[in-house]
Amino acid sequence: MAEVVLDKINKVYPNGFHAIHDLDLDISDKEFLVLVGPSGCGKSTALRMIAGLEEISYGEMKIGDRLVNDVEPKDRDIAMVFQNYALYPHMSVYDNIGFALKLARVPKNEADQRIREAARVLELDAQLEKKPGQLSGGQRQRVAMGRAIVRQPSAFLMDEPLSNLDAKLRVQMRAEIARLQHDLGVTTVYVTHDQVEAMTMGDRVAVLKDGYLQQVDTPQNLYDRPSNVFVAAFIGSPSMNLREATLDGDEVVLGQFRLPIPASIFEARPALRSFDGKRLIVGIRPEDLEDLERVPDPEGVVTIPATVSHIEALGSEIIAHFPLDAPAVDSGDPDAVEEIGEDTMAVGRFDPRSRARARTEIQVAVTMENVHFFDPESHLAIWD
Amino acid sequence: MNGNDTRNRVVRFGWALAGLFVVGAAAMVSLRVLTDSDGASRLIAGAYDIIGMDGSADALRDRGMQPVPSVLVILGWALLLGTVGIWIVLWALNSLVDLVPSRWRESVRPYVYLAPAYLLLTLFLLYPLVATIYYSVTEDQGLSNFPDILGDDDVQRALINNLIWLVVATGGSVLLGLVIAQLFDRVKREALAKTFVFLPLALSMVGASVIFRFMYLWRPEGQPQIGVVNALVTGVGKEPIPILQDVPINTFALIAIMVWLQTGFAMVVLSAAIKGVPDELLEAARIDGASELQVFTRIIVPSIRPSIITVSTTIAVAVLKVFDIVFVTTGGKFDTEVIANRMFAEMFKFRNFGRASSIAVLLFLMVLPVMWMNLRNFRRQEAMQ
Repeated sequence: MAEVVLDKINKVYPNGFHAIHDLDLDISDKEFLVLVGPSGCGKSTALRMIAGLEEISYGEMKIGDRLVNDVEPKDRDIAMVFQNYALYPHMSVYDNIGFALKLARVPKNEADQRIREAARVLELDAQLEKKPGQLSGGQRQRVAMGRAIVRQPSAFLMDEPLSNLDAKLRVQMRAEIARLQHDLGVTTVYVTHDQVEAMTMGDRVAVLKDGYLQQVDTPQNLYDRPSNVFVAAFIGSPSMNLREATLDGDEVVLGQFRLPIPASIFEARPALRSFDGKRLIVGIRPEDLEDLERVPDPEGVVTIPATVSHIEALGSEIIAHFPLDAPAVDSGDPDAVEEIGEDTMAVGRFDPRSRARARTEIQVAVTMENVHFFDPESHLAIWD
Repeated sequence: MNGNDTRNRVVRFGWALAGLFVVGAAAMVSLRVLTDSDGASRLIAGAYDIIGMDGSADALRDRGMQPVPSVLVILGWALLLGTVGIWIVLWALNSLVDLVPSRWRESVRPYVYLAPAYLLLTLFLLYPLVATIYYSVTEDQGLSNFPDILGDDDVQRALINNLIWLVVATGGSVLLGLVIAQLFDRVKREALAKTFVFLPLALSMVGASVIFRFMYLWRPEGQPQIGVVNALVTGVGKEPIPILQDVPINTFALIAIMVWLQTGFAMVVLSAAIKGVPDELLEAARIDGASELQVFTRIIVPSIRPSIITVSTTIAVAVLKVFDIVFVTTGGKFDTEVIANRMFAEMFKFRNFGRASSIAVLLFLMVLPVMWMNLRNFRRQEAMQ
């Protein structure tokens, strides 16, 4: 039980590659912090530095008030769950879970008690004599968890522990890990590239890109108040629509459309006024776009006419893609699948009863109160 | 259509028979060439005859060939027969299989392909084995060969020595190889470092033994020591040791040669196995609190157990059969006798055919359990994959 503090942590590899830049993180006791970012953002490197598997080039790392920069992994009192579980193939499940206790010379009967308790919590009682090779993916994942919790460490480190599971099991284990962490109350740092995992599991989420920390906040705050274009696009699925636009008085000019900005936005974002007559980036989340026919009170709603290009009917909602005549903005996410360019479609999340279909012409209602604005130069959110 | 088909089959059958005939004839000619000291020159002379160069043919028959070109001709002939001949044989056999009724055709084909290999194995491996066993109970004292050799002092000494060799040489090579492989894994110029350990493997056992015999040389005290080991011993003020004559130092000195030769092999195989252990496994162990020594003994060694068994059994077989080292250095004198050297002595020195054969059978029986372990290990590895 301890807090983990990263103070201006840097990682420079011998070949000169600067993987982590001045990473500051203050992870409090019992907190579940998720490190999220696209591939190559340095999140795993950061985790491995906390574990002691990578050397810290400069900066200070503290676990529970103890400076651990030069402390060996085995003496850091941390447990780690690896992406491929890293179970010892020649040991039974029982020995895998108990390996750390054996090394720590915990008395046999106490160790046995702890191993069986961990196995009970993870529903592995029946598998204790088996070898990892005889287990299913989900069971292996659980053994990896068991190996971590049996030690009662001061922190858990998890490196994409669910990425090798199938989708259904992943959702189940997601909830299970979150519950377990809450019950045990152990400080946890969890690395993932999956923003859904990040949003659902973390007390707070730290978003990394190219070795720079973008934003650390609660999931809801990240979603509602992204500090820059990258975070805005990375958090939320489908991604936020990001377009170049111009501010003209109380209106934002988006392609050939002029959308009035409500007074509430100018109040919340005082700095927005200074962009009058200048270019900026407009961000609209897909759920803030709706088929006008499904808006209960269409009076005075801001709309854009559009021809639907194609739809994805998911049952609970309809994802509609339609062209929008305004240049799309590259958020800088290397994993983004969609090609950025003139043809990038705008995406709306419509009510499932919408009658929008491919090639139909519709009116798209925009919830202007929730629109985001970013500086086109710095990509930072425009607040005050 | 049907008639055409039948004719095609007859033609193919003819070609297949012709191919087998050609290869058979070539093989017969080869046998005659190889068993005849002038074979090469007569072969070339025959070729001259065919193309009408009678003068050259006669000249060759009269004067013969130089030994080097003669050997080269035989070598070329053997290569040609081995590569083209086997190709023709397999093609011909395949054509014959095509004539087999379709019901059995595909179940027959694999055995036909394996037939040449089995034939050679039978000829050069199975037949000698059976013949040796047969001689061991029929020649000399017949069935009493075995009780006789088991009661022989030299054979008993050889058996004990072979046991020492088996344990110390195998254990030493594998242990050294394992430790070196692990240590070199962290060395910057790993490939270069490993090359030095690996190099002795390229030496023949005889060559290595000659080198070591010089290193082990002994001169009476007071004379200059020309063997490097005794030069060092006298250099620190001790009496020179007759290394190859003193029991039991001599056996261990010979074992050292084997270890020097085999460590490189063990190291290369085990080094590859160590690199195959996933890094995550080692990291997990470190985080679980293992020291580097514990990571090695509790994670790496168990993980590469199959490789260790393979290397151990391979070296064990080589060690059980050891002959050259003993033959070159001591010739089995001073209680350094081993089974293979004993067999050689009985066979070629004393011409005791039956006794030599029964010693060979004894050696074969000693190697069997090691081979069985190796096979079991292979099967287990395959089951794991």
